[in-house]
Formats: sequence, structure tokens, C-alpha cells
Amino acid sequence: MMDFIAIPVLDSAIRLSTPLLLACLAGLFSERAGVYDIGLEGKMLMAAFFSAAVAAVTGSAWLGLLAGIAASMVLAAIHGVAAITFRGNQLISGVAINFLAAGLSLLIAQHWFQQGGRTPSLIGGGRFAPIDLPLAQTLAPVPVIGPIYSDLLSGHSALAYLAFLAVPASWWVLYRTRFGLRLRAVGENPAAVDTAGVSVVGLRFAAVMICGILCGVAGAYLATALQAGFVKDMTAGRGYIALAALIFAKWRPWQAMWACLLFGYLQAVALWYQKIDIWGLVIPVQAIDALPYVLTVVILAGFVGKAIPPRAGGEPYVKER
Amino acid sequence: MDKMPKWADVVLIPLISLILATAISALVILGIGEDPVAAVKIMVSGALGSTLGWGYTLYYATNFMFTGLAVAVAFHARLFNIGGEGQAMLGGLGVAVACLYIPWPHWSLALIGAGTLAALFGAAWAAIPAWLQARRGSHIVITTIMFNFIAASVLNYLVVDIMRPKGARDTATARFPDSVHLPTLHELLAPIGVPFSKAGPANVSLLVAVAACLLIWLLIWRSRLGYEIRAYGHSETGALYAGISPVRITMITMLISGGLAGMMAINNVMGEAERLVLNATEEAGFIGIAVALMGRSHPLGVFLAAILFGFLYQGGAELALMTQIPSELIVVIQALVILFTGALDNMVRMPIEKLFVTLGRMRA
Repeated sequence: MMDFIAIPVLDSAIRLSTPLLLACLAGLFSERAGVYDIGLEGKMLMAAFFSAAVAAVTGSAWLGLLAGIAASMVLAAIHGVAAITFRGNQLISGVAINFLAAGLSLLIAQHWFQQGGRTPSLIGGGRFAPIDLPLAQTLAPVPVIGPIYSDLLSGHSALAYLAFLAVPASWWVLYRTRFGLRLRAVGENPAAVDTAGVSVVGLRFAAVMICGILCGVAGAYLATALQAGFVKDMTAGRGYIALAALIFAKWRPWQAMWACLLFGYLQAVALWYQKIDIWGLVIPVQAIDALPYVLTVVILAGFVGKAIPPRAGGEPYVKER
Repeated sequence: MDKMPKWADVVLIPLISLILATAISALVILGIGEDPVAAVKIMVSGALGSTLGWGYTLYYATNFMFTGLAVAVAFHARLFNIGGEGQAMLGGLGVAVACLYIPWPHWSLALIGAGTLAALFGAAWAAIPAWLQARRGSHIVITTIMFNFIAASVLNYLVVDIMRPKGARDTATARFPDSVHLPTLHELLAPIGVPFSKAGPANVSLLVAVAACLLIWLLIWRSRLGYEIRAYGHSETGALYAGISPVRITMITMLISGGLAGMMAINNVMGEAERLVLNATEEAGFIGIAVALMGRSHPLGVFLAAILFGFLYQGGAELALMTQIPSELIVVIQALVILFTGALDNMVRMPIEKLFVTLGRMRA
């Protein structure tokens, strides 16, 4: 039983939570502004490819990150034009973006590198290196705190720390700034925001672009920190798990972090164990894989704390005449 | 203000969307250094130039007719069933159970039995999200997405851990007995003297799919239930005043939708693979979204769009074989079709509506 909370499992839980968290916060901004986004998966995938491709060519993970963010923002802009400007169906637009990313990333990968749709393996500066937190070596021998600090918390990449710092930052932006207040208002009652003389279209575009940036970082983390290069379909449904976490967290930043840590932990357990044996009861690993989705459905069903989405979510805003 | 004529809505707008999607796809092909005209030639000859090509094109089209109808029926009630993929996976399970554990005397009985079980399994998988939408207000798009992933896990467990024969390497069930082999188009057409390739996987399920298109047309436009479904889709409050129960319509529509998606399994599992392979659906559930959008949710439109996508899939496979263009090009085309016919519909529609209004004024 104790194995499930061993340091290596928890360590991979943090690693696997990071992309979920970034994508989840991305979705948080978009959906809080009233724009549903089921295209998180596609934006991450596109960013993963472009970050790995640029990092492979230039040898710089940071340039890769910028390229990933740019690619993700292009897709975010398409979503914005479709969902906000032309008032199209936001869900259908998201589906289209996921397919576009799945197809284009492989097409370009094959054209540029001719390695069966993958990028060359990243070496040296092409990857984000683990960062040792100060005093990690000194504290290592201390019982309990030592392993937790130096093995669990220390030694992640810059992007992982950035992801967890983005949680208080998102909270601050959403709940303590004028922009955040307006952004949340536009997701609940866009007509009121419009009446106050603030541009609904502008705010929603801002939210969608922030979503693009965060998805870009999430994708870059996947390809240049968690792994060393891009492979086909490397997001593997993470965009949807992030969406699930967002609902699980009821569209709030701190809760989003806990939800992502939980879902990341479940992924880590599924990765480390083929079968889970709890006091003789054998649970197949597939059940652990399905657990985030089952939990989300339960929460959506409202049997345990109902998840109520932003009121104006999914509806294009039509200005009154 | 005059609205534009119906033919423009039904034919012109999808056509312009398709042309836009094709033009951008051509740019993508140019971008990766290939010749779009040559590519189209290879696709046409590969997918339509031989009965072998037609065998594959119609096989894919059969899948897409079922999943396209599934999405289209739900669209009429303004429900977005994105869970066709999971429902089709469960349909595959239904077919496998029927074919492996019941001794059928003849393929026709097996087709009825397995088809029924596939539809029941698919409908059951749609029933939970439908009930949650109808009774608890849980967003059906999110729940059906979640159910796709849950279905993948369920099938992974059942196929790999339970149904796979001992010692087998493939992640698949045992082969179905010969008695449930569905006649292919070759076997159907040979007695009446029409030569058709032996290797093409298109089979008798195609006829079932065409029949399904007809039945759904009757249901939607010629039946009381269809009227209620459309009324509910147009206006929930209006339907409520007319005494139409939203819960009932949501449940029935989603059960039909899930059943149709599940029925796909008689083609890909029973007709082609003749055993249940992991990931047998190959994203056909999602392609159904593009097919339904392209076909404007009309059974005839779905039929034509399914054949178009069948052509794209077979042609794309041929392209990957003959040129440096990966078959993922088709995924890009599919994305562009969804984007232009679905999400960017207004972008195409607004200028055309304006054009017709101006034309109307000039005539007046």
C-alpha cells in the first residue's frame, strides 16, 4: 500500500500534472470569459510539435517555447474568429482545431524531418533541464523533509515551476484586477459588460489568446521537458483530461491545481503499476485510466457538489440594436 | 427583407465551404512541396478507378453513414453527440458478443442478431449522458467526450484482459465463426454477373446503411416523433408549450443516435475484421461530425457526404502509398470541412445572404 505514495510515484505525479495544469488554466481563462474550448488538445499538440521542431533546429529550448506559444496562438486566433467574430458554434470549432492540429503537425513533421512524423531527439540545450532548488543537496540527508524537498519538489524543469506559479497568478488576475472582474463578468452576463461600455469582443479575444499562450507552454513542456522531442499524438487526450479537471474544479484556479494533481497522480499510478492490488482486491489498470473521466461525469451529474458552468458559456454575444 | 432561396442554403453554401476547404488543402499540399493536381488524380484513380478502390471507398462510406446519421439525428434535437466514437466501440462489443457466443445458423440471422445487439449496446452507452442531460442538466458534449474515454478503457480491459484467446499476441478477440461471414459486394454481385473485386471490404452492411438513411428520413420528416424532435430542436420553450416532453425527446433522440453509431460495428467488426480488434473504430465516430455538418443533417446529404469522405479516406491511403504525402492530409481536409461548414458557417453565409438581398432589391 505504501508504494502508492512512494517518492518516485509522487514525483511522476507532479511531472504529469504540469501539462494538465497549464492546459486547465488555459481553459479556465477561455471558459470564464464565456468561450467554450474543447480545442485545448489540438493547441497543445501543435505547440508540442513546433516547440520540438524549433528546439531541434536551433538547439534552444527557449526559442522552441516561443515557437510553441506562437503556433498555439494561431489556432487560438482561428477559434476566436470562428467563435467570437462569426458567432459560430464554439464546440464544433474546437473539434475542427483538434483535427487540424492532429493532421498538420504530422504533415509538417514528415515534410521537415522525414522521420515518420516525429522530430529528432532533443539533446543538450534543446531540452529544459531540471532545476535544483537552493539547498537541495544540503537538505537531502534530513529525514522526511529531505527526500520531499530534494527528490520531490526539486529537480523539475523551469516550465513546471512556471505552471505552479501560474496558479496564484491566475487567481490574482481573475479575482483581484479590473481585467479579471470584467473577464468573469463577460462569461456570466455579456450584455451588462457591453452596457458598461466595455468591449465584449475585445475581452473574449483577450481570454482566448491567454488560453493560447498557456496551451503553448503546456505543449512545449510535453515535447521539450517531459520528453525529448515530438511524437505522433503525444498529447494523448491530456487536453480532455484538463477539461475534466476544469469542471472538477468548478472553474476555479486553486481547485484546478488540486484536480490536476489528483488526475496527474492517477496517471502516474497507471504508469507505474500494471495491476493495483488493495488488500486482495485487484483493480485493472484500465479502471485507473478511466477514473478521471468517471469522476468528472459524477461531478457533472451533480450528485456530489454540482458543477455550474459560467452562465454565458458557449453562447456567442449578439449586440442588441 | 427577403431571405435567400432554399437551394442556396442547401447546395450553394455547402459547395462554397467545400471549395474553400479544398483550396486551402491544395495550398497545404503545395506547402509540403507536392503537386495538388497530381494528388487529386492519384486519389480519384485509387478510390474510384477500380472496383477494388470502390470496395474500400464504399466500405469507409458505410461506416460514415452510420456515424453521420447518428450525429445528424442528434443535431435535429439540437444535441451535439460527440460520443459516436465510444458508442461505436460498444457496438463492436455487442457484435463480438453476438458472434462469438451465439451459434448462428445463417449469416442473415446473425446480421439481424448482431446488428440489434450492436444498436442496443451503442444506445445504452448514449443513454447515461442523455439521462444526465435531460434530468440533471449535465452538458451532453462534455459527458459524451468523457464516455468516449471510458469506453476506450472498458474495451481495452475486456478485449485485452478477458476476451483475448490465451497466448494470442494481437490485442483482439478470437476470429468469428465462418457461419457469420457477411457477403461482400463481390459475393453479392457475382450471381447477377457483375464483376467486383474480391479484395474490397465493402459488404452487405452498405445496404443496411442505405436503408438506415431512408428510415431516418421517414422518421425525421414523415413521422410524429420526427416532428417533435425538430420542434424541440427549434425551440425548447415552444416544444414545451406544445406538450412535448424535453426529457422524452432528449432520451429517445440520443438512444436512436447511439444505436446508429453502434450499428456501425456490423460493417467494421463483423463485415471487415471478423473479430473485435482494439481501436477498431478508427475515429469514424468523429468523422461522423464532419459528415453530418457537410450533409446539413439531412439523410440524403449524409449519404453523399459519407461517400465523399469514403473517397477521401481511400484516396488518402492511396496517396500515402504512391507519394510522399502522409495519409494525415485527410485529417487536415476533414478539419477544414468541419471548420468551414460548421464553425465558420456564418462567414460563408453572411456575404451570400447580403448578395441575395441586393439581387432581390435590384429586381424589385
